[in-house]
Amino acid sequence: MRDRLIVAGQLLFTLVVAAFLIVPAILSMLAGITVNYFRGIASGVTLQWVIQVWDLYAETIGRSFLVAGAALFVTLVVGVPAAYALTVRGGRLSRAVEEIITLPLAIPGLAIALALLLVYGGFSDFRRSWLFILAGHVIFTMPFMVRAVMAVLATIDVNTLDESAASLGAGPWRRFRDVIVPNARPGILAGALSVVTLSLGEFNLTWMLHTPLTKTLPVGLADSYASMRLEVASAYTLVFFVMIIPLLVAMQLFADVSNGARSRA
Amino acid sequence: MPYLSKSHGHRLSRTGFARLALLPLAIVATAFFLLPMAKLVIVGASGDMGLGAYAAILFEPRYRASLISTVVLAAVTTIAALAIATIAGLFLQRHRFPGRAVLIAMLTFPLAFPGVVVGFMIILLAGRQGLIGDLTSRLLGEKIVFAYSIQGLFLGYLYFSIPRVILTIMAAVEKLDPALEEAARTLGAGPWAVHRDVIFPALGPAFVASGAIAFATAMGAFGTAFTLATNIDVLPMVIYTEFTLSANIAMAAALSVGLGVVAWASLAFARSLSGGTVAAAG
Repeated sequence: MRDRLIVAGQLLFTLVVAAFLIVPAILSMLAGITVNYFRGIASGVTLQWVIQVWDLYAETIGRSFLVAGAALFVTLVVGVPAAYALTVRGGRLSRAVEEIITLPLAIPGLAIALALLLVYGGFSDFRRSWLFILAGHVIFTMPFMVRAVMAVLATIDVNTLDESAASLGAGPWRRFRDVIVPNARPGILAGALSVVTLSLGEFNLTWMLHTPLTKTLPVGLADSYASMRLEVASAYTLVFFVMIIPLLVAMQLFADVSNGARSRA
Repeated sequence: MPYLSKSHGHRLSRTGFARLALLPLAIVATAFFLLPMAKLVIVGASGDMGLGAYAAILFEPRYRASLISTVVLAAVTTIAALAIATIAGLFLQRHRFPGRAVLIAMLTFPLAFPGVVVGFMIILLAGRQGLIGDLTSRLLGEKIVFAYSIQGLFLGYLYFSIPRVILTIMAAVEKLDPALEEAARTLGAGPWAVHRDVIFPALGPAFVASGAIAFATAMGAFGTAFTLATNIDVLPMVIYTEFTLSANIAMAAALSVGLGVVAWASLAFARSLSGGTVAAAG
């Protein structure tokens, strides 16, 4: 009886914690399609706020996808070969490089943004373009790509694969393209999902790096929270959720699949 | 080109290729991270106070107060998140029931929310038009609003910390050896003694690893405080105001370096304790 009570208590506790995390998200989705949030959902359901968000902020949504896509491209082109090189080289230098590119995970985005501003703030064409934001996002997301690929490469015997391909006469570039990349695919996919998800939601760096003409979605969100009525802010948040939730679900499914594979191994 | 020589052809060309493959990353990291961070450290010492700007973080009352309140807020958040995640994690890992997977998904889903969105979640919960205010005004006849106070800020920090620690705790619970608990129970240990002497020590490394991530994330969190616009000066908000409103760029740089050092040190400390790899996420 006492054990039953304890279990019931734990279940209740867990449900309360889950509610704390989920209820506000649901409230915000409802508020985004409610005619008047103060009067409640009984006042009617509408898409007017979503349409208003589209009129006001469509540009920020497009720019966020542009930055995320470009960050993905750069982290793929730069990060995947680097992950391969760091895995096959090993040694102290590789550890040091890995250590350095992982630092942006520990250092607050605000500090990195300030540092970028101090060096590149004077190059006004660069400063004013979306590429300035991209530079910050690349530094912030790169470790996720490199580490995801390295984690997969660590589980397979890269050296043997590489050497057998070499003994068959394949040059280094061909071995990388035809042997390493296909084998690293789960890591590349996991890294790509992280890069896009993190870039779409990045605020701490972007708030410092943006200009009025290069606002991204999270920057627009902060704007709307400060100056728009609750329904518009909620509708905008709803748009963000619609963008980000499929990515989160994909990440979760993907983690389940690779965890399953690992526990079977 | 030595790597074309016949005798060591493959091995040497591989080293050359690896070097080439690393080059783009080296360029990107140097240009957009190492160089800017070096400049940040130098600029921090270039104001009226010179190197004294770094000392001012500890000795100037305003900055010291902000540093202390940020560290305390981050530490309290970390402890609370670990406690909550341990209770929920132990429960979820030890019972199988319908809806369990959904519950786990709900507990980890805010992982990718930017700080600004977390702030907005707290406004919807405890703000002027929030759920808690609505319920309390109906039930108690008095509207309780605390989104913009220290309690609201704490709730926001808790909101983004719980998903960051719960998966690590659950993974550690899964690896616990049931035989140890069984042995303790056979030896007459009660449920509390089993937890205190067997389960919690075994979860120690997971507490350290995920606690360090939660602490470092909370130290650097900017978006949540920004949205809630509280009058509590967490360090990232002070840096932001120094930079934008006071144009005190040297002090903003020095404070950023200080903040970065604290966040980085907490992760490095956790790593030296656990010996494994610890890194903050998002």
